[in-house]
Amino acid sequence: MQRVLSCFFALFLGLVPLASADVEVKAPDVLVRDVTNEVLEIVRKDRAIQAGDTQRVFGLVQDKVLPHFNFRRMTMLAVGRDWRNATPEQQGRLVDAFQTLLVRTYSNALTQYRDQVIEFRPVRQTAADTTVQVRTEVRQSGAQPIGIDYTLEKTEKGWKVFDVVVAGVSLVTNYRGSFGDEIRAGGIDGLIRSLEEKNRSLETPQGAK
Amino acid sequence: MLNSRFDRLCSGARNWVVAGMLVLVAGCASTGNPQDPLEGYNRAMFSFNEGVDKAVIRPAAQAYEAVLPSPVRTGIGNVFGNLGDPWIAMNNLLQGKVADAISDVMRFLVNTTLGFAGILDIASEAGLPKHDEDFGQTLGAWGVGEGAYVVLPFFGPRTLRDAAALPFDMLEDNVWSIQHVPTRNTLTAVRLTHTRSRLLGLDKTLNEATLDKYRYVRDFYLEQRRYKVFDGNPPRVYEDFNGDEAHRMPVGESLDVLARVAVEELELLGVGELVMLGRSPDGMN
Repeated sequence: MQRVLSCFFALFLGLVPLASADVEVKAPDVLVRDVTNEVLEIVRKDRAIQAGDTQRVFGLVQDKVLPHFNFRRMTMLAVGRDWRNATPEQQGRLVDAFQTLLVRTYSNALTQYRDQVIEFRPVRQTAADTTVQVRTEVRQSGAQPIGIDYTLEKTEKGWKVFDVVVAGVSLVTNYRGSFGDEIRAGGIDGLIRSLEEKNRSLETPQGAK
Repeated sequence: MLNSRFDRLCSGARNWVVAGMLVLVAGCASTGNPQDPLEGYNRAMFSFNEGVDKAVIRPAAQAYEAVLPSPVRTGIGNVFGNLGDPWIAMNNLLQGKVADAISDVMRFLVNTTLGFAGILDIASEAGLPKHDEDFGQTLGAWGVGEGAYVVLPFFGPRTLRDAAALPFDMLEDNVWSIQHVPTRNTLTAVRLTHTRSRLLGLDKTLNEATLDKYRYVRDFYLEQRRYKVFDGNPPRVYEDFNGDEAHRMPVGESLDVLARVAVEELELLGVGELVMLGRSPDGMN
């Protein structure tokens, strides 16, 4: 209510009339472009990240990227049908473990970035859409560009990414097969255990270094 | 020239038939995934390929990346990419994508001449993007089904369809068609090393991001092939696994549930009547 009032107030006064509204709900394509550019700009300048400093890149991802993702929905899509059978406590642990796994994957990918050109394709979207796909392309000389598409949903806290499709493959639903195997073998707790073990096994050697 | 190509295709085909039979025999050790009836064999071949990669190909790719500066590597990649464009053009033509085929031919002409035998990829900058086509995709576009997933020795993941298409891709491959065998082998090795070097960054991600690397690679490959065959974005459906089951169920499943409920109600009614008549339901049978 207060936000609405202050927006109204700003509008009324003619002071930065649209800027505050923009901050509240950035259009999905603008959001993806801004976050991508900001993060890549940092990576480009940061020699430590380029050399593969995982802690540093984790921090960057945590600050700049995580807030724009809906990991709960991502986890639900990765787990699939069995999500319904998970207790809220199990769901919470699944989200945490999967988030850790994805953040590491994404961070690793970032350390590989050098100076590929990223192009943002125009978005087809109407004002009523609550789900939008923002398509980008990574250009590289002598090879077909690689598509990286972000699927976003409209929430009260702005647009949130819940799927990333790389070269035509959803990085989220691609997990469904192996997650299903784990659940068939050891139930939902089995999947949680496997994910947490995987995360732990990757933490230790990095800490030791 | 044509004759020797044909001979090579025939001997290639023979090898493929033998390989195919081996695959079928090995396929008996499957674990029940419908897309992957050959999983037992595939997993073994996947480990074999990983072993070869670890022992030979990855070290070569790492050395290649360490020794040659990035612009040189880009040039090498461009040359091989350029050599591949005529066959890509042909596949686009076979799929009826004439405009893409013309664009590929233009690419080849521009890059071969102005791009110094393909070292520079001027065409991309001039708005003629590189395409990704092969004979397996052409077969897919013609409606040939994928068949089972199969991991080939050295070549890696394929579907049966793409494995069958591979000899044609090799036959028309401008590097593999070079008559001078030492040149051919050297260039093939350089190309393989170059291709592998492009993927070095993925190794860590793949090892760390997956619970079961074999499954992840398989599912990735299969989905990506479908994407390539359809040249773009197949529509994605994002299910919602939260909340009220009955409303979220697919039509077929909810019909099943309705039918089951109806049958149960009928049985209950029947049981009720029988109880009212003072007979046990077992007595009827």
